[in-house]
Amino acid sequence: MPALMPARAFRKTLLGLAVAGSLGVAQAQAGDVEVLHWWTSGGEARAANVLKELMEEEGHHWEDFAVAGGGGETAMTVLKSRAMSGNPPSAAQIKGPEIQEWGDLGLLGSLDDVAESEGWDEKLPGVVADVMKHDGQYVAVPVNVHRVNWLWANPEVLEEAGVALPTTLDEMFAAGEAIREAGYVPLAHGGQAWQDATVFETVLLATAGNDFYRRTMVDLDPEALGSEQMIEALENFKRMRELMDDDMSGRDWNIATSMVISGKAAMQLMGDWAKGEFTAAGLEPGKDYLCVPAPGTEHSFTFNIDSLAMFRVSEEADQEAQRTLARLVLEPEFQKTFNLAKGSIPARPDLDMSEFDQCARKSLEDFQRTADEGGLVPSMAHGMAVRSDVQGAIFDVVTNFFNSPDMSAEQAAQRMVSAAQAVM
Amino acid sequence: MDNVIRRRTPGARLARAVLYTVLILAVLFYLMPLVVMLFTSIKPLDEIRAGSLLAMPLDPTFAPWAKAWGEACTGMRCEGVSVYFFNSIAIVVPAVLISTTIGALNGYALTKWRFKGSELVFALMLFGCFIPFQVVLLPMAQTLGWLGLSSSRAGLVLVHVIFGIAFTTLFFRNFYVSVPSELVSAAKLDGAGFFRIFWRILLPVSAPIIVVSVIWQFTQIWNDFLFGVAFSAHDTQPVTVALNNLVNTSTGVKEYNVDMAAAMIAALPTLVVYVLAGKYFVRGLTAGSVKG
Amino acid sequence: MSTVTTSTRPVDAAPGRTAAARLQAWLPRLVLSPSIAISLFFVYGFMLWTFILSLTNSRMLPSYEFVGFAQYARLMENERWWVAATNLGIFGGLFVIICLGLGLLLAILLDQRIRQEGALRTIYLYPMALSFIVTGVVWKWLLNPGLGIQAMVRGWGFESFTFDWLIDPKMSVYTLVIAAVWQASGFVMALFLAGLRGIDDSIIKAAQLDGAGLPRIYWRVVIPCLRPVVFSAVMILSHIAIKSFDLVVALTGGGPGYSSDLPATFMYTHAFTRAQIGLGSASAMLMLGGVLAILIPYLYSELRSRKHG
Repeated sequence: MPALMPARAFRKTLLGLAVAGSLGVAQAQAGDVEVLHWWTSGGEARAANVLKELMEEEGHHWEDFAVAGGGGETAMTVLKSRAMSGNPPSAAQIKGPEIQEWGDLGLLGSLDDVAESEGWDEKLPGVVADVMKHDGQYVAVPVNVHRVNWLWANPEVLEEAGVALPTTLDEMFAAGEAIREAGYVPLAHGGQAWQDATVFETVLLATAGNDFYRRTMVDLDPEALGSEQMIEALENFKRMRELMDDDMSGRDWNIATSMVISGKAAMQLMGDWAKGEFTAAGLEPGKDYLCVPAPGTEHSFTFNIDSLAMFRVSEEADQEAQRTLARLVLEPEFQKTFNLAKGSIPARPDLDMSEFDQCARKSLEDFQRTADEGGLVPSMAHGMAVRSDVQGAIFDVVTNFFNSPDMSAEQAAQRMVSAAQAVM
Repeated sequence: MDNVIRRRTPGARLARAVLYTVLILAVLFYLMPLVVMLFTSIKPLDEIRAGSLLAMPLDPTFAPWAKAWGEACTGMRCEGVSVYFFNSIAIVVPAVLISTTIGALNGYALTKWRFKGSELVFALMLFGCFIPFQVVLLPMAQTLGWLGLSSSRAGLVLVHVIFGIAFTTLFFRNFYVSVPSELVSAAKLDGAGFFRIFWRILLPVSAPIIVVSVIWQFTQIWNDFLFGVAFSAHDTQPVTVALNNLVNTSTGVKEYNVDMAAAMIAALPTLVVYVLAGKYFVRGLTAGSVKG
Repeated sequence: MSTVTTSTRPVDAAPGRTAAARLQAWLPRLVLSPSIAISLFFVYGFMLWTFILSLTNSRMLPSYEFVGFAQYARLMENERWWVAATNLGIFGGLFVIICLGLGLLLAILLDQRIRQEGALRTIYLYPMALSFIVTGVVWKWLLNPGLGIQAMVRGWGFESFTFDWLIDPKMSVYTLVIAAVWQASGFVMALFLAGLRGIDDSIIKAAQLDGAGLPRIYWRVVIPCLRPVVFSAVMILSHIAIKSFDLVVALTGGGPGYSSDLPATFMYTHAFTRAQIGLGSASAMLMLGGVLAILIPYLYSELRSRKHG
């Protein structure tokens, strides 16, 4: 009974049968898979390397095609260029609604047979599975689930300033003043469009709640986009700027994180990939640094799922390699190693979390809780909520409003409405 | 060369002092980024975090260079930038040779064998210099796909040749315009053919402009990132792409010294070319390419 | 770049030619034809293709659903596009003018029998050898107020020294000018130096005999001789300005906000990152149109005046 056998053993049996049958077939089984990704930092790359080794153990060949830059922007350019030339890589790191766009172009291959034999429908949470499917078929495999709405804090700085961890926006602004007076930067931030948008969506959630977030950032309801609540959220967002330092323009997020680590700044609003920085600095969660849901967003979980989508390939062996890759991605060994390094939680909630730290365990807990309560929302800033053109238009408004001294929140809300309409 | 200030009056001496001051200030401006790069690349990480950018390295180390060359991770491969360095060489050398050869022949044909419309042809080609590369990315990708050259080294060489010949033709044309045509006419009367005249008369005097063209093309192609990233596959990426992977990675501990060492390594060939051949470069420009 | 030289006619005027001679006559055209074909296809063909795409609603990959000039209309309403276009005007204008000025100044100074001229020349010239992929990070550090020049000068005791253009939306585009001038002005210096060395000394001697002072000689005699150099330099500089892309990405990332965006980055962002190839193509066409609008009159007047002058 194959279903009861561990998957790898089953494959090996098959392989053995094939070898016994004909040597030619066995050789054809060793497929190549070229993987386009932007896991280029030390920890990430080492973790992803586990996947490569697993692939090679199964006799397939992993061709590593890494392109860093701009949160995958450069990699996406390369992907488009490769697709135009009719020669896309067999697997690529694509996420969110973009999977749908590639699927619409008919370029992605189905993974349904792996999904069925591996029972993805049971293993994956519905929200995650939905993102991976195009036209009801699995075309991508999830690697992890990031939570975006985290607040990271340096407890020593908070203590020095005599403030507690803020749980609401008002507390945050009040704490900010105290921290500033104590001589620290209250909120570390990097002035790049996506970071501005990350803070914005978090503040939006805190100000107006999950339903409003969905109406504006997912459904692009023009009425909600131009409403009083949006204006209030924008005003709160702009107030956040007062908590930041002047030199933030263009700063990379990890430099901002290092300000929290070194005690120059007290807090940072950033996704859980920031944990990698704290870990690399040898700090321990709960002791040397604190992780809590961003103020006012305790009942929300903005998710950002990394995934690998599989492009159609013609060679049977390469298809086999793709299927193997898809299967291995969801196996506990890779899920654990990779997510421990990335700071995220596994895409499968059924795994043993004992090796994960308290932040990750809290993340998984909140993931399941918010999924039940309806607070599980896609991150706009990280391309999970809307198509990239809409996202870009919102980024433009958000970052321009945040950086220009003379734009009012009303104007920004109005521009948000027209941005959403212009791209429809 | 008598247009110089050389009388030894106090005024002239002051002028001389001002002159050197300006020149040295300019030196500081031009050298600053390179000095920062070099210093950073040989400082240990602690020293980078603690000190000012322009502070002299107290404890110089070449470990970052070794790491950048042979161990640093650019994606999952942790082999440093060396592999990509050689990829770049394999792309640059043929592309420079081919585009320079074509440019030389074009320039020669356009100046010594004028025909009706040759000026128009030149103007048409000149416009190729101005097309932003971002614009041609997608059609080029599709064309390379048609040609079966996508993601191959040959494809990258082709792309660089295509967008290089506008410049090389410009250089050679402007140079050959100033080479007297009498010899060519005489040779034509003697019945010498197109290539023979080129080989015997033009080529021997072309050294200065060949240097200009080679330096220009070498620099452009070696420094290219956009084509290199868009038209390469996992095994043909040039060094600029590797450098980008190293430097633009935004998670994990930033090893600035390794980043800077990698940048220096990636910059070294073009720097060496400019330092060694810079003299000939200026001489080549003098020899005619900018004269009327 | 003169267009009038001793014109050499192809030998096809000779009567009774053989097949070989005919081949000889066509050889120049034959040699040029691959390049012409390449230009036609890869430059003009691609421009046409881009124009066609600009009339479609192409999103992530090209599609051929035509929407007329709707993309251009959207572009006209896009505030970011106007910021980018204005920035190109500011950036391109300042970049060309400063490079010409600085390059000419340095060339004239270097032409005064300077000790170590070779070394100085190399130092001025070397930035041209480096791409912003290589130097971008350093420039970002140097211009960052908390890290670079401002911090350094303050460290020397000038506490009120402020140099924070990088973080000021109104000034960020000027930081692009600084870095771009750093890269290209040495090259312009080399061009001018070459031009100065090519000037016939007898003209200058004659002027000196007339009793003209040195600044006057430069202003009246030498600089006018450099006109062809200015022409070449403007061509090269404007091509660099229009193509400036790595510079923006490496230095400001278009920020703060999108205050330092340029058309090249606008086009790239929309066509590639934001899956709006139609809009991106429209912006590319306007960019090319702008190039043509500036270049053609300039080319025309330069070539014409030289023919007559």
